[in-house]
Amino acid sequence: MGFSERETLVVDANAPGAIVSALNRAGFEVIGPTVESGSVVYGPISTGENLPRGFTDTQEPGHYRLNPHADGSYFGYVVGPHSWKRYLHPPAVRLFAARREGKGFALEAQPQEAPPRAFFGVRPCELAAIARQDRIFLGGAQPDPTYRTNREGAFLVAVQCGRAGGTCFCASMGTGPRAAAGFDLALTELSDGGRHEFVVEIGSPRGRDILAKVPHRLATEDDLNAAAAVTARAQAGMGRSLEAEGLPKALLAGLESPRWETTAARCLSCANCTMVCPTCFCTTVEDTTDLTGDHAERWRRWDSCFTLDFSYIHGGAVRRTTASRYRQWLTHKFATWFEQFGESGCVGCGRCITWCPAGIDVTEEARAFRTGSAPKERT
Amino acid sequence: MTSLDPMAPVPFRVLRTDRETADTFTLELAPDEGGPPFGFRPGQFNMLYVFGKGEAPISISGDPGRRDRLVHTTRVVGAVTAGMGALKKGDVLGVRGPFGTAWPVDETAGSDVIFIAGGIGLAPLRPAILHVLANRRRYGRVVLLYGARTPEDVLYRRDLRRWRAELDMDVYVTVDRASRDWHGDVGVVTALVPRIPFDRDNCVAMLCGPEVMMRFAVLELLKRGIPASMVHLSMERNMKCAVGFCGHCQVGPHFVCKDGPVFRYDELARLLKIREV
Ligand SMILES: Cc1cc2nc3c(=O)[nH]c(=O)nc-3n(C[C@H](O)[C@H](O)[C@H](O)COP(=O)(O)OP(=O)(O)OC[C@H]3O[C@@H](n4cnc5c(N)ncnc54)[C@H](O)[C@@H]3O)c2cc1C
Ligand code: SF4
Ligand code: SF4
Ligand code: FES
Repeated sequence: MGFSERETLVVDANAPGAIVSALNRAGFEVIGPTVESGSVVYGPISTGENLPRGFTDTQEPGHYRLNPHADGSYFGYVVGPHSWKRYLHPPAVRLFAARREGKGFALEAQPQEAPPRAFFGVRPCELAAIARQDRIFLGGAQPDPTYRTNREGAFLVAVQCGRAGGTCFCASMGTGPRAAAGFDLALTELSDGGRHEFVVEIGSPRGRDILAKVPHRLATEDDLNAAAAVTARAQAGMGRSLEAEGLPKALLAGLESPRWETTAARCLSCANCTMVCPTCFCTTVEDTTDLTGDHAERWRRWDSCFTLDFSYIHGGAVRRTTASRYRQWLTHKFATWFEQFGESGCVGCGRCITWCPAGIDVTEEARAFRTGSAPKERT
Repeated sequence: MTSLDPMAPVPFRVLRTDRETADTFTLELAPDEGGPPFGFRPGQFNMLYVFGKGEAPISISGDPGRRDRLVHTTRVVGAVTAGMGALKKGDVLGVRGPFGTAWPVDETAGSDVIFIAGGIGLAPLRPAILHVLANRRRYGRVVLLYGARTPEDVLYRRDLRRWRAELDMDVYVTVDRASRDWHGDVGVVTALVPRIPFDRDNCVAMLCGPEVMMRFAVLELLKRGIPASMVHLSMERNMKCAVGFCGHCQVGPHFVCKDGPVFRYDELARLLKIREV
């Protein structure tokens, strides 16, 4: 799919490190996969040595495990608990600091911006998730300044997936396992039959500039076929799917279905799903002062529709029960997001399934509404 | 930090404070250091910031024809509103806004106008009432139904007396619980709906108050033949940003901060019937 129209090159097994170095030299802070407490997370990396080689993961509802993998591949695992929203829409942001002046106050200048960042190892579903958040934070009349600053210069090195994780369902969401656009560079790892190379798709002029600094050759027809086979394999091996067609209607018709209670009986309202979801964007605001009371700050922090305070108004929380909060999350992702932003709020990354301590599986929940195994509205 | 940051409040100075009731007060504000005049449409709200304490969405309750004064009426229910209530003349408050949709006062010229308010809900309706009265010739009948908990909770007494004295405006005030010196109506505001005069084929209703009150008032209006599309109501939800980013204010597909707070009833009809949406 689509290879021939784009400039494609082939680089050797040392290329990931060489690309990281080239990005560093070009002034980017590189953020990429590293291993921490037994899972793949995203953090600063300075050399190819930091990349977790030779790992694969087992993911099931409520279960994640990172295992060593003999083939020495760089990208044998799929997405972990982190997503790039940590860097684009960070968990905690100081929105302003203010100082009392007489009876009034004045806002203080914000500190310098961070250097431009390169995200190394962005999966196709994650590119889709970034595009979802672009629409939220940049698509309206007034962009979010924090998101815009973090997003504007970001250099994206994508990795096309060669293996579906145990909870992935990107193929049915139309977001993977191969990304057609939205990256500066995209790597497909070829590590079959003793071969270890990468096919690199060039997605932008600056992507070309970076790759010019890495030893490469032009891709042949065979290379392209091999790369296509890699993602075809991931697609064929994807165990989960979600049929999005007609789902918004089915969910909204079932707002009063007893199914919500059934799921709520398992849900701990722990908010894990919203924290790991790469598209979830809700935040709260905290205003504080120091002990003198003369310096105030406003912080924005990730928040979750699973908390009780989320919906407090005078007279009590609007969503008091877990059932109503689970309903808010599922219907927002799969139904009302379409009305708000013209697309699904889910990209099929599977994180909410893996990291749910109760093992609640959104594909199963959605199916219950689609197939009508969830009884329709009570009257 | 640029002044374009949608989360950065602008300092306004308190020119005047008025106690309306035991728990409700009105602040009159103007931009600190003589900033530009503040334009808004009736029904819109601001985020008001008490230094270091926090922010709350509060409707603008002043006269939309007076851009030199920003007026807010607030009921103390928690930390931020209490902080606001402690402000004195000369103190400074942060303001972000105006935000949200407006009452359809211009679109409905020529028709009868029914205002239904419960409690603090009179504050967000006040600019619309003032606008309609300032352009009285453009409208048909004008009716205000207002319900408060007790006579002591009645807001804007001066306005109400003045409005009642208008020969071409009907004002009904009712209280849930009367004291001995109250000789007006007693009971819920929705009970007044069957009594009021209006042309059901050419009228608009604007409602603000507790959600249950609005639900019942709408039912009464619909019973009298008003089309659902001519009923408008202002919704309250938790708000942390007012610019569509924090997600707190959602009701179904709607962000109350930008798609509301004023909605046409038919946009919300189904959601209002479902608990805990
Ligand atoms: C568009 C809009 C317009 C509004 N206009 C006006 C107006 O014109 N005038 C006006 O007075 N109000 C108005 N409000 C309501 C006003 O915004 C709230 O009353 C205000 O935000 C309360 O802030 P607070 O910090 O003082 O109270 P908070 O401390 O936030 O408390 C608010 C309420 O939430 C409940 N609550 C909060 N936290 C908890 C908890 N942990 N446990 C249990 N209960 C809790 C409390 O019962 C309390 O009554 C408007 C709201 C909206 C959305
Ligand atoms: S809802 Fe679940 S599967 Fe969908 S994008 Fe969010 S975390 Fe991934
Ligand atoms: S669905 Fe799972 S992860 Fe989400 S709040 Fe409920 S228990 Fe936590
Ligand atoms: S108040 Fe933040 S999205 Fe509406």
